Amino acid sequence: MSDTPVGPDEVRHVAALARVDLDDEEVERFADECAEILGYFETLDEVPEVDPSPDLVNVLRVDEVRDGLTREDALRNAAGTEDGYFKGPNVS
Amino acid sequence: MAPDLNVFVSEERIERDESGPLSGRTVAVKDNISTAGVPTTCGSAMLADYVPPYDATAVERVTAAGGTIVGKTNMDEFGMGTTTETSAFGPTRNPVAPDRVPGGSSGGSAAAVAAGEADVALGSDTGGSIRCPAAFCGVVGIKPTYGLVSRYGLVAYANSLEQIGPFASTVEEAALLLDVIAGPDERDGTTRHDATEGQADAHPAEEADYVGAADGNGEGLTVGVPTELVDGAEDGVVEQFEAARSDLEAAGADVREISLPSVEYGVEAYYVIAMSEASSNLARYDGVRYGPSVDVEAGNWNDVFSDVRREGFGDEVKRRILMGTYALSAGYHDKYYRQAQHAREWVKRDFDEAFADVDVIASPTMPTTPFELGETLDDPLKMYLADANTIPANLANLPAISVPAGTANDLPVGVQFVGPAFGEETIIRAASIIED
Repeated sequence: MSDTPVGPDEVRHVAALARVDLDDEEVERFADECAEILGYFETLDEVPEVDPSPDLVNVLRVDEVRDGLTREDALRNAAGTEDGYFKGPNVS
Repeated sequence: MAPDLNVFVSEERIERDESGPLSGRTVAVKDNISTAGVPTTCGSAMLADYVPPYDATAVERVTAAGGTIVGKTNMDEFGMGTTTETSAFGPTRNPVAPDRVPGGSSGGSAAAVAAGEADVALGSDTGGSIRCPAAFCGVVGIKPTYGLVSRYGLVAYANSLEQIGPFASTVEEAALLLDVIAGPDERDGTTRHDATEGQADAHPAEEADYVGAADGNGEGLTVGVPTELVDGAEDGVVEQFEAARSDLEAAGADVREISLPSVEYGVEAYYVIAMSEASSNLARYDGVRYGPSVDVEAGNWNDVFSDVRREGFGDEVKRRILMGTYALSAGYHDKYYRQAQHAREWVKRDFDEAFADVDVIASPTMPTTPFELGETLDDPLKMYLADANTIPANLANLPAISVPAGTANDLPVGVQFVGPAFGEETIIRAASIIED
């Protein structure tokens, strides 16, 4: 159907970029589904180049200090906190 | 006994001691619209315990207008679906036909109104997520022009496409809720400011009267019917659409055929853009600031995040994140994302040209009647193609309404009107003509 090069290796690569862990069954299934869907997207090749007609302008306002979220509110949904900070896993 | 429709994810009442145009009315709110102190799950296990610290602007406006919020409604996970079956909290059933889907992604909000669980409801529409369930459940739904209603507090899926909008049993009631929620918001970076008027604060809603536009007056109205959006519909849907067309003509409207060749590429363009934006917007779900608890000792940053996202996201969300990441990745950006942006501009241009000749554009909202539960769950491409008629308005940032137009095999059919930017009054007027 399509020559879009999507197979299990590409799915594993993209899943690693997107930080989504997949098992082997999911890799196979998503490879098949994505190949079909990306095959359908092939028709975009036929779309002519149409440059945007900008109708938006920047609207600026004066920068004013005002109340934001409190630290307590910002941390309320976090599973782990320490000394008023979010607690995350090791970076390396 | 009637089956449980699974309309609500949570049913906590939210009201203030205020009176206004919504006094005495109950309002259901889609569960991707933030409610301070009340869980907002987005239909996802990732946010099953998430409680926002602030209200969305649309929620503030509803309660300030005297409305009583009665619950947060079920939805496709993060808005990704056309059936409300991808929710982590199970599917919602269609109140009109409980073995059928209510449409999606705002299926719970449409079902709440159809089942009488709320007088009106808020949903969000990224590629048809208000209009599809409105059509499938036999209620009215409006997707406003991008920039009319504040997106502040709407949990982002595809931020360049989505707007919050109203559901109701009648066009007039939907227009009433639109009057309440429309307006400028300095907290929304995508709110409309009409700088051309020389007034920094000018906003289209300030001069508009949406309720007053529901007057059923068709005199002088010119309606375009794009053949591309009628030809693919089921026979029973086309029959009801033709009946609506006769109603328009009987009311004095001039109905004529038009062509929008670009919409043939709408589904592809929409899904590439929506998936690409989703892959970026959903990068925030790492289990640290919210989400399932992270075992911080379990390994490095990347491994822990990948575990959280495997556990927290359902299949449709993973599928869209993967394809969006692919479409934006080195070597494929030009082929998919750039071409989709060209298609989007082409759709905008087609509509601009059409609105030089007609006031509104009419089509069936959905090409089919509601699917059976489970019918499209294992066939994502089939589900995506069902959005063909609703997607173009999102790509072009235009307002659109779905209004009930009879039934086919006892299942609801909806007719859609799309208007020019900030032409909400015109689409409301057109819909009020054909309303039963």
